[in-house]
Amino acid sequence: MTDQRHDSRDEIDAGHGVDPYVQLQRTEEFQDLRRRFRGFVFPMTAFFLTWYFLYVLAATYAPGFMSTKVWGNINIGLIFGLLQFVTTFVITFVYARWANREFDPRAEALGQRMEQLGGAGR
Amino acid sequence: MSLVHAVTAVLPAAAADTQVGSPLLNIAVFAGFVIVTLTIVIRVAGGQKTAAQYYTGGASFSGRQNGLAIAGDYLSAASFLGIAGAIALQGYDGFMYSIGFLVAWLVALLLTAELMRNTGRFTLADVLSYRLQQRPVRIAAATSSLAVSFFYLLAQMAGAGGLVALLLGLNSLWAQYVVIAVVGAVMIGYVLIGGMKGTTWVQMIKAVLLISATAIITVWVLGKYGFNLSALLQGAVDNSPEAGPALLDPGLKYGLSELSKIDFISLSMALVLGTAGLPHVLIRFYTVPTSVQARKSVEWAIWLIGGFYLLTLVVGYGAAALVGPDAINAAPGKANSAAPLLAFELGGSVLLGVVSGIAFATILAVVAGLTIASSATFAHDLYNYVFRKGQATPEEEVRVARWAAVAIGVVAIVGGILAYGQNIAFLVALAFAVAASANLPTILYSLFWGRFNTRGALWSIYGGLASSLLLITFSPVVSGSETSMITNQAVDFAIFPLANPGIVSIPLAFFLGWLGTVTSSEHNEQKWAEVEVRSLTGHGVAEAVDH
Repeated sequence: MTDQRHDSRDEIDAGHGVDPYVQLQRTEEFQDLRRRFRGFVFPMTAFFLTWYFLYVLAATYAPGFMSTKVWGNINIGLIFGLLQFVTTFVITFVYARWANREFDPRAEALGQRMEQLGGAGR
Repeated sequence: MSLVHAVTAVLPAAAADTQVGSPLLNIAVFAGFVIVTLTIVIRVAGGQKTAAQYYTGGASFSGRQNGLAIAGDYLSAASFLGIAGAIALQGYDGFMYSIGFLVAWLVALLLTAELMRNTGRFTLADVLSYRLQQRPVRIAAATSSLAVSFFYLLAQMAGAGGLVALLLGLNSLWAQYVVIAVVGAVMIGYVLIGGMKGTTWVQMIKAVLLISATAIITVWVLGKYGFNLSALLQGAVDNSPEAGPALLDPGLKYGLSELSKIDFISLSMALVLGTAGLPHVLIRFYTVPTSVQARKSVEWAIWLIGGFYLLTLVVGYGAAALVGPDAINAAPGKANSAAPLLAFELGGSVLLGVVSGIAFATILAVVAGLTIASSATFAHDLYNYVFRKGQATPEEEVRVARWAAVAIGVVAIVGGILAYGQNIAFLVALAFAVAASANLPTILYSLFWGRFNTRGALWSIYGGLASSLLLITFSPVVSGSETSMITNQAVDFAIFPLANPGIVSIPLAFFLGWLGTVTSSEHNEQKWAEVEVRSLTGHGVAEAVDH
């Protein structure tokens, strides 16, 4: 993935002729937004995929373990399966809160800066 | 008279001592749904002049509305009847499907929904062609999108025919063909009259009905067991002499052999990575104005879909406990009849009528969503940008989209009739596998990888599409086994042992996307800056929304 982090203030000032999107992309603020976004969603994706395939592998290759009764007819498999629902709901809640608080204000500020730089419409 | 006889055959368990006069009631509920929804569609339709109004309802829905519509779009008959039936007959292994279908939404939530809302307008190809060579990439993305939608549509239409045999007691083949045609005609009606706005309302209404009815059945079932899940599970085990206690353990379906285990892992990959690449799901993100609303849409969708699948767990085991596998297997729809038979067991013909109506509503809402997504791909990507080189006016594009919707509807009707009665249960899984192989790698690369280029996209899309289709052709679902599409077992060219190609085709498509990219020198830094800035900040998204 491209990782050109230029130190950028000067380039904006001296940025006549440079495409406005490239100018904004090179700012420290944008690079910070990108780092924060990827720093949140990539590990989270890695976590839920690992957790899900761990469940799939347990269900296919460790049926004995999954069939262990915990309480009445409720076995580990059912609990593990229901935990997949729980983690999905929790990740949704945590991500939405993070995005609303941490991501949106920064993204919006950069969007306004882009307006000033005058990015071309479509 | 013959109607009553047919129903007696459909519901052997119930027919002995109960009067089952339900076909007329079922038809009435279905007709009622169609009339009410068509009225609403006509009322909300308003102006359909611009392409944005037709494809996205002017991007004027709120996140909550769209989340509801996504649930209505996504919860197909396979989710409602299929998963409940799978749990009733195969127990725990049926439950595992629903988990894959739900967890998949995290891919959309975290990686694709918001960024795609910010960079696209109407279709998947919009996002890709932003910085890649427009013409070849649009053709490729349109081909794979149409393939995915076609498989999905075919499965739904053929399913509609099967549902009729089950619910309306119309056992003659012609009657079932007529119903497939009626479903197709109503679907075309929704799309032509209401465009995306009308379709969205149908999906929202259906989601509310489906989730409410399932919730009522769930509470009813649990009530019979003193709201004790363990007691319900015991009831299911007691009533399933063949499976016995194994009903509650994994392995009844997929634990049979080493191959069936790998097959399930392959299916899981397709489910979890395919959802975010389904064209009719993608297009729903464009019906909201901003990425914040796109995020809200997926949040709501996850709550609703997750809640619904929790309910199907109770419905499935409830059907095993109260109806029993013998009665379910004896009904014409087999596993698909579990939920309707449970409804009949609980609430008699009235609840059966309601559930039948909702099952039809489910099919209608899903096929309408598929049709509008496919017509957008055809008119926007192929007609406007490929044939007319982007010169078509919005009016021309919408006109073509409407004709495309009619053509797709006709193809769906004919295809549904031809496919009806065939062993085509694999089509939905195939649609997910193609979406996960041909669409998702390209989407992720184009949103996250600056170096990604046209050759990478083409190799990944065509490679993913071709490999999944080839593998499925040479798999046991097409030839060589009892449940194959080709029923003559002497014909056997199944050299690929798995029924699900995802475990090969998905990694292959990711690899080809990388290989194609690094072997091509094309790289446009300025365009990548534009994509990245727009996708993260939402800059320029308002300009794309016309009212």
